[in-house]
Amino acid sequence: MSNEYSPSSLTELAKMLMQLDDLLVSCMRCGFCQSVCPVYGATFREADVTRGKIALLEDLAHELTADAENVNERLNRCLLCGSCETNCPSGVNIMDIYLRARAIVAGYKGLGTIKKLVFRFILPKPGLFNFLVKISSVFQKPFLKRANQKVGTSTAAVLNPFLGRRHIPSLPGKTFASANGSVMEPGRGGPMVALFPGCVPDKVFPGLAEASLKILRHHGAGIFCPTDELVCCGIPVLASGDVAAFDELTKRNLEALKKRPFDYLVTPCATCASNIKENWHRFKDRFSAEHQSLIEKIHSQTMDLTAFLVKVLKVDFQPSQNEGKIVTYHDPCHLKKSLGVSAEPRAILKSLPGLSFKEMPMADSCCGFGGSFSLFHYDLSKQIGQSKRDNIVKVSPEVVATSCPACMMQLMDIMSQNNDQVEVKHVAELYADTLN
Amino acid sequence: MTLSPNLILEFKTLLGENNVLTEETDRLAYAYDAAVLKPVTPALVVMPTSEETLGRTIKLAYDNGLPITVRGSGTNLSGAVIPEPGDGLVILTNRLNKILEINQEDLYAVVEPGVLTANFANAVAATGLFYPPDPGSQAVSTLGGNVALNAGGLRGLKYGVTKDYLMGVEFFDYNGELVKTGSRTVKCVTGYNIGGLMISSEGTLGVFSKLIFKLVPPPKASQAMMAVYDTVQGASETVAAIIAAHILPCTLEFLDQKCIRVVEANSKIGLPTEAAAILLIEVDGSHQAGVDEDAAKVKSLCTKCGANDIRVAQNADEKNKIWEARRNALPSLARARPTTVLEDATVPRSKIPQMVSELNRIAEKYKLEMGTFGHAGDGNLHPTILCDKRDEEEYRRVEEAVDEIFDVALKLQGTLSGEHGIGIAKAKWMEKETNKATIEFSKNLRRALDPKYLFNAGKKIV
Ligand SMILES: Cc1cc2nc3c(=O)[nH]c(=O)nc-3n(C[C@H](O)[C@H](O)[C@H](O)COP(=O)(O)OP(=O)(O)OC[C@H]3O[C@@H](n4cnc5c(N)ncnc54)[C@H](O)[C@@H]3O)c2cc1C
Ligand code: SF4
Ligand code: SF4
Repeated sequence: MSNEYSPSSLTELAKMLMQLDDLLVSCMRCGFCQSVCPVYGATFREADVTRGKIALLEDLAHELTADAENVNERLNRCLLCGSCETNCPSGVNIMDIYLRARAIVAGYKGLGTIKKLVFRFILPKPGLFNFLVKISSVFQKPFLKRANQKVGTSTAAVLNPFLGRRHIPSLPGKTFASANGSVMEPGRGGPMVALFPGCVPDKVFPGLAEASLKILRHHGAGIFCPTDELVCCGIPVLASGDVAAFDELTKRNLEALKKRPFDYLVTPCATCASNIKENWHRFKDRFSAEHQSLIEKIHSQTMDLTAFLVKVLKVDFQPSQNEGKIVTYHDPCHLKKSLGVSAEPRAILKSLPGLSFKEMPMADSCCGFGGSFSLFHYDLSKQIGQSKRDNIVKVSPEVVATSCPACMMQLMDIMSQNNDQVEVKHVAELYADTLN
Repeated sequence: MTLSPNLILEFKTLLGENNVLTEETDRLAYAYDAAVLKPVTPALVVMPTSEETLGRTIKLAYDNGLPITVRGSGTNLSGAVIPEPGDGLVILTNRLNKILEINQEDLYAVVEPGVLTANFANAVAATGLFYPPDPGSQAVSTLGGNVALNAGGLRGLKYGVTKDYLMGVEFFDYNGELVKTGSRTVKCVTGYNIGGLMISSEGTLGVFSKLIFKLVPPPKASQAMMAVYDTVQGASETVAAIIAAHILPCTLEFLDQKCIRVVEANSKIGLPTEAAAILLIEVDGSHQAGVDEDAAKVKSLCTKCGANDIRVAQNADEKNKIWEARRNALPSLARARPTTVLEDATVPRSKIPQMVSELNRIAEKYKLEMGTFGHAGDGNLHPTILCDKRDEEEYRRVEEAVDEIFDVALKLQGTLSGEHGIGIAKAKWMEKETNKATIEFSKNLRRALDPKYLFNAGKKIV
């Protein structure tokens, strides 16, 4: 790991955190973040909300506490959902603080061996990663028990140590990448789109990646999707503070993407979209001049698929009869709070024949997934997920739609755990089903 | 932390392991509130989850001589929940957050003290009734904190503040005994008006466990407008003229030039950046015709007092736009510099022009950036100083300026605080606003109700 983020003593750790002082000091301790933080909403503990976390980072920076271990633990009790930043009256750059602080503290503490193995060795190698997923999907069969037919989940006792008691989506036999290889199509006069499928659509929900491809094809867009070179967008490693792995993954993605000119980078994953648009840009100083200018370009070209359909392709989504199966929509934090996209997916849903759209209460409250948060704090994640689920079932839907595959995993788990007969779908899948 | 392991064990047995926070990391997160003051780390933090265990917590703490600070959401601006040094105990009320009853027939509600103000107001609105007090912090503040600080809000002029809605309180005294005062009836002369004493008690007299609030029917019609002035004098004369005409707008807010400019720079909503001040006015009532009549009168008074432009909201969207200016005042100011010192000195309404010109003089004298907004109808201004607390020299000037603001407010027959409370921040000024006898009387009262002086000892009256 580069030493700019690797303090070797507590004093040095404090010194590095002091570099964040200008960001930290703008928190005026108003406490307004309490009203939106899903973790605080579940625990009522101040150390779980941003005001408390900022105070703890300041204490560590000013050497008022030496307990880096515990501060780190509190820092990680966070979904990085961005709700606090969106609502902060003082405009504190909270995500900036968290990502940088996690990097500094992880540099001090070191990563666990398993994380290191996955982040540094498996994620940067698409071939190896796919191979492992394939093996898992073969091996899962004897170990998986069908949990909920409608939701499409299973439990895997053998995976409990890694996944908790999570009901997981049944892994497909073939990833999107292995089924399609790299895609390069000129299109029929539409803009050239770099399609970034994202790890979860590629490996867990290939149907979603296929749906995205089908939609882009249907609307005549050119498609550039170098699946054999694209790797993870880097959010899991960045969230764990592993900036070295983030550098490596980002570089690989940039090398893959620079090979063809494109007008837009489009992804069906809200988390990838916000990470590529915001975090690559946030950390752009870490890259070469060539990569920096590419990052600049990508920053303005990156869009979530639903927004791309509405805003760029200007698909005319006319409201349908609004009859049929009840569908409701969950706003992914990384779409609504990070990128301000919430009207577009609804416009699409409302246009689909055979579906009747009903807004659930608190549609934009976090589902509680938060990537590795849900692994290390499964009970908390589940508690937050349960309130989401309770709001979902209030409108008695047959389908709950969203625009982020990470949210889909969480929604599947909570619906399945509650034995609800509700399908979890991505907006793009529902739309693609209506196209011939 | 010097607390005995046995005592900690007793708290854990009483409240459950999870509701007793002993780790330094957790305690550090309760060392502050929203005031810009030095943090003090408590020795222990506890979260009672029922009325019964709240009472027993107090008894246990009091018997063992722990200084007690009750904390709602910690959003007060006067240091009222900064723990006491030494073995300070913080009691959190945020788990006591049940709305126990909303009575639509008799127009009252009973709540636990940790219910959030906005959640309560929304639940009341859902039954077709209205709970008017709306502090700027309502999305996070607790009703217990509102009562203990007599929180006001934008609707104060017509609808009053928290104290005007408190019908009854149940609270624990230092022995952990439950005291009941007030009732569910509009009229009640049973015993002393102890509820009145609990208003703005700042956690120094007892710990509320139940609050009874009055509810009112909501207004059915409203009209909002913005009036633009070349002089602060004109805005202030308007306020006086409106009240002299016996019209009580539900809201009558003031923004000075600095505020107008930062809001406009931040949110580009088309505010007049050359104006010296703007007034945001809303009248409401039960009939559209009556409201229209009041609005027309207010409009002509604005013109008479020198408003050079008046924008009347034609629809909900435009009304929202008008209030956006007020909503964005604090956020826009807060973004300008790292530290935001939000003051609360209040003067009689007629003294607003003098107060504003004094504030400008003070800002200039101490070379500070200051913006002023606030509840013009109540004479309650929020001069807001923008600075960087890390710059010691600058921060010293801020402290001197704040002292001078109080001096001026008192000279104008105003008060130290309209709604933010005394806490630690303004305790040293109390005698100056009142007199020695008042302080002694208050101390005697405290000693009688808190013989060991353990309830938030360093706050309010010291
Ligand atoms: C940005 C901002 C805007 C604000 N706007 C306004 C405004 O418009 N109007 C206004 O009036 N205030 C305003 N405030 C101040 C503050 O929000 C209010 O004073 C609010 O009432 C505090 O509520 P709280 O739950 O945070 O109480 P805390 O800060 O936790 O506590 C406040 C006091 O109440 C006591 N207390 C709490 N619970 C109990 C209990 N159960 N029994 C006994 N005592 C108790 C505490 O000991 C303390 O003395 C604002 C603050 C901020 C940061
Ligand atoms: S809302 Fe922003 S300024 Fe207020 S306490 Fe939270 S982080 Fe700090
Ligand atoms: S990012 Fe989300 S979970 Fe983390 S502190 Fe902010 S609101 Fe809470």
